[in-house]
Amino acid sequence: MNRQPNNPSQAGISRRQTLRCGAVGATGVMLSGGVQGQAFAAEAASAKAVRSNAKAKTVIQIFLWGGMSHNDTWDPKPKAGRDYTGEFSGVISTNVPGTQLGELFPSLSKQADKYSLIRSMTHGNNGHETAAYLMQTGHLPGERLAYPSVGAVFSLFKGRDYDGIIPPYVVLTKPQGRFSEEGFLGPKFKPFATGGDPNAARFAVEGVVAKNISDDRQKARRRLLEKMDSLGATMPQLESAIATKEEAYELILGRGKEVFDLSMEDDKLRDRYGRHTFGQECLVARRMVETGVPYIVINYPGGWDTHKNHFQTMRRQVPQLDQGLAALLEDLSDRGLLDSTIVWCSGEFGRGPKVDWQPPWNGGRNHYGKVFSVLVAGGGFQGGHVVGASDDKGETVKERPVYPVDLLGSIYTLAGIDPHAKLPHPLGVDAQVLPQPSETVKSGGLLTEIM
Amino acid sequence: MKISLWIVFVLLPTMLTVNANADGPPQSPPSRAVFESTRPVNRTGKIDRLVVDSLDSLGIKPVLCSDAVFIRRAYLDTIGTLPTATEVRQFLAAPNTANKRIRLINRLLDREEFADYWAMKWSDVLRIKAEFPINLWPNAAQAYHHWVRTSIAQNKPYDQFARELLTSSGSNFRVAPVNFYRAVQNKTPEGLAGAVALTFMGSRADSWPAERLDGMAAFFSRVGYKPTSEWKEEIVFWDPMHESIDAANFAPGSAVPGKVAELKTNDEGSSSKQRPTMAVFPGGRKVKISADVDPRTQFADWLIRDENPYFARSIVNRVWAWIVGRGIVEPADDFRHDNPAAHPELLAYLEKEFINSDYDLKSLYRMILSSQVYQFSSLPDSKQLSDSKQPDLKNGGVALMAHYPVRRLDAEVLIDAVNQITGTNDLYTSAIPEPFTYIPRDQRAIAIADGSITSPFLALFGRSARATGMADERNNKPVPAQWLHMLNSSHIQTKLERGGKLRNIFTAKSLPRKKIEELYLTILSRYPTEDELKIAMSYPKTRGKFRWEDGIDISWALINSTEFLYRH
Repeated sequence: MNRQPNNPSQAGISRRQTLRCGAVGATGVMLSGGVQGQAFAAEAASAKAVRSNAKAKTVIQIFLWGGMSHNDTWDPKPKAGRDYTGEFSGVISTNVPGTQLGELFPSLSKQADKYSLIRSMTHGNNGHETAAYLMQTGHLPGERLAYPSVGAVFSLFKGRDYDGIIPPYVVLTKPQGRFSEEGFLGPKFKPFATGGDPNAARFAVEGVVAKNISDDRQKARRRLLEKMDSLGATMPQLESAIATKEEAYELILGRGKEVFDLSMEDDKLRDRYGRHTFGQECLVARRMVETGVPYIVINYPGGWDTHKNHFQTMRRQVPQLDQGLAALLEDLSDRGLLDSTIVWCSGEFGRGPKVDWQPPWNGGRNHYGKVFSVLVAGGGFQGGHVVGASDDKGETVKERPVYPVDLLGSIYTLAGIDPHAKLPHPLGVDAQVLPQPSETVKSGGLLTEIM
Repeated sequence: MKISLWIVFVLLPTMLTVNANADGPPQSPPSRAVFESTRPVNRTGKIDRLVVDSLDSLGIKPVLCSDAVFIRRAYLDTIGTLPTATEVRQFLAAPNTANKRIRLINRLLDREEFADYWAMKWSDVLRIKAEFPINLWPNAAQAYHHWVRTSIAQNKPYDQFARELLTSSGSNFRVAPVNFYRAVQNKTPEGLAGAVALTFMGSRADSWPAERLDGMAAFFSRVGYKPTSEWKEEIVFWDPMHESIDAANFAPGSAVPGKVAELKTNDEGSSSKQRPTMAVFPGGRKVKISADVDPRTQFADWLIRDENPYFARSIVNRVWAWIVGRGIVEPADDFRHDNPAAHPELLAYLEKEFINSDYDLKSLYRMILSSQVYQFSSLPDSKQLSDSKQPDLKNGGVALMAHYPVRRLDAEVLIDAVNQITGTNDLYTSAIPEPFTYIPRDQRAIAIADGSITSPFLALFGRSARATGMADERNNKPVPAQWLHMLNSSHIQTKLERGGKLRNIFTAKSLPRKKIEELYLTILSRYPTEDELKIAMSYPKTRGKFRWEDGIDISWALINSTEFLYRH
């Protein structure tokens, strides 16, 4: 008689266990795929591969899908001639002496002490999906295994000790597509894509904030459901279903939802980030950093695949990127969060240094993976430096090549994740976070000069 | 006595839960009569005698489920489909004869959806998936599924079904069962042997001693693969002279002539050079591999016979697990000496009957679905409630058989049910757009051929990834993101708001209580109790006056109830 099935303390413990088993961290991104046993064994082993005193707690990745031109932005070549500079021959000096940006970055140029630029990023791959796969996983495309993206790896290694309400791997707002997801880790490690638009009057986060349902109605519904759930009340074995439902309601009606409620921010600050989707995404990302979400991706709301209309697109999109990113870095720094937050921004490749003036492009830039630029900041990356260099026209790496394994390896290292830790493959196939350098996997070494 | 105990054990935790969740009033006790029947369990069949006797000896008295629970359960388990309100009405109104439930089972076994649903289950086992990591490619995945579905619709004897899968040769487009050897991630002889062991012997080769797997692998060392000039066509054949590209080197996705990927793992192995000349059956008998006989046939001859200790036993256990929700050996594909059967006599009896029926799967289904054991109530009794944290496994798990296990609906079944209730549909797509992956909008999820054709809902709710074919690849464990989706996504909310069927119920010229009744019949497949009617009627702010929004909310609550989301 005294063994109450719903003894609160017991329930509490077993609920936590349930969550540990059923999900990563407290909220767990998604359901789990199959072959749980092995995955758990490897997850348990993976805990050892994480250093707890790591500098970087959180990562914000701003992904410029399509590939942003490096010549027109962070690696300007004003003397290369009009065939290379196109319409943007101007440069802006930054608050770091000697470092210049393209003319479209007035705000970011004032924050240059907070970030470093890698101007010698290279992988030589010119296909969107294969290059994105390289930049997201570090592995060569076309191997037999589909590796998890860096976000899914964070979810695996850092999700264990993360007990926030928001899932550990979040994408604002739309997922990046099939080459940047969970790979063989299984659907449990899929990113949680928010959907909606943070710049709208109400940021309708899919499943969390419903567009046309007021909180009162939400609460009335919940009461109704509890009264009507006749069978559920007789089923103590369904405890994990009840626990996970409570977790969901913490997002829908509790603190979780507030993270996405930008009306709680000062209007002036919102203006500083920019009243456009990207700017407000940066602001939401900062709010998630404050709650400890391990990996946040801002999938840039607009493509950079500017084969045509290149210069118009740049004039339209870059000012928003400039405003949002600069405000994010400044705000993180003001709040003392930049030291523990890595921000990195890049496309899957750069764009052709030489403008395609000929039809049908009429002033466009093509895919270019031979050399391009990446911005890194915070979480142990020093600001104010430039790593490597491209040649006079931005066509090849002149010094210090940085390959995907070097960039991702540095990010993992700062976050305390062993870049060569074992990943749990459902069939027990030997798989590591990053490949060891070899003839085919090139490496220029970790970014120790700025770490 | 039983009732009062039950109130202590059920109502008390209920109130605790409710109070912890919200500030709503405590709920009225659910009526056991809704879910359970007063009819006594009789021991007409051998299955019932075996199980009820065992439970008797443990002092457990099982209770049968009510008719309303039975019709829902039988539909979901037999055809993966929710009964309509009309079907429920007719069944509940039919005279309460002894054969009423068995007649329903017989009708369901003849339904079209029977083949759809069981082709889906088999496609999980056989890993029917066009893209990564199986890479059957769309055309072959469709051909393979079509063959499986047709075999089920024709009730092809299981021995013949297995033989065709194990011994066929030919084009992946034209001789569909050859895809069995293509739908394996690791196409080495060992990988193929592992897939055969899992599929037809219910055994996981990774727990075997290495020499046992090597001995069996030799039977599959002459499986050859070669591309043709037709795009993504591939011939699977008996290759005694080793003319094909080394199977192990044949990376998935390289069915295009002239494009063969290399495999790191094969650097030292060079299995192509030294192919085994002796094969060993898992029982220990050795056989020489000659150039005259396809060793796959030798293996099939050994496996597919009445005396084989694996073949019939593993399939009857699999079917039992599929229908009753828990294998006699559990997991259903993990026969090991240290994983004993919960009820060995029952397993032996099913095996014998199945062999006597000449491997007739449908009569096996009928036998299990018509048993009283299948009709056991899912409600825990008071004794079990107090032990709920530790289900009693001491008696070899027999005690667990006293209740029909509660399981969440499979992803495909769940979304089909939601679509049926609301009169809406979903879009299923493949990441690789090809003609064979075009899916009409009214396609039901249980009828999707190819595991690569999917939707975010199916992925979220744990549809099998079809990567390994293991039983636990399908995952029905709850995670918060699923609740977010059911409770609050635009996907579900749009269905409730825009679906024509619910609107018809609410705009019909009928009394509010009739509307509620119709909702219950449509969603929960039963009539509401007076208490439930009262709760629903008092939901609108202006009591008894329903707006459309109230109808949506009541429907929403019903599809988020345990009773809807779970098989019970």
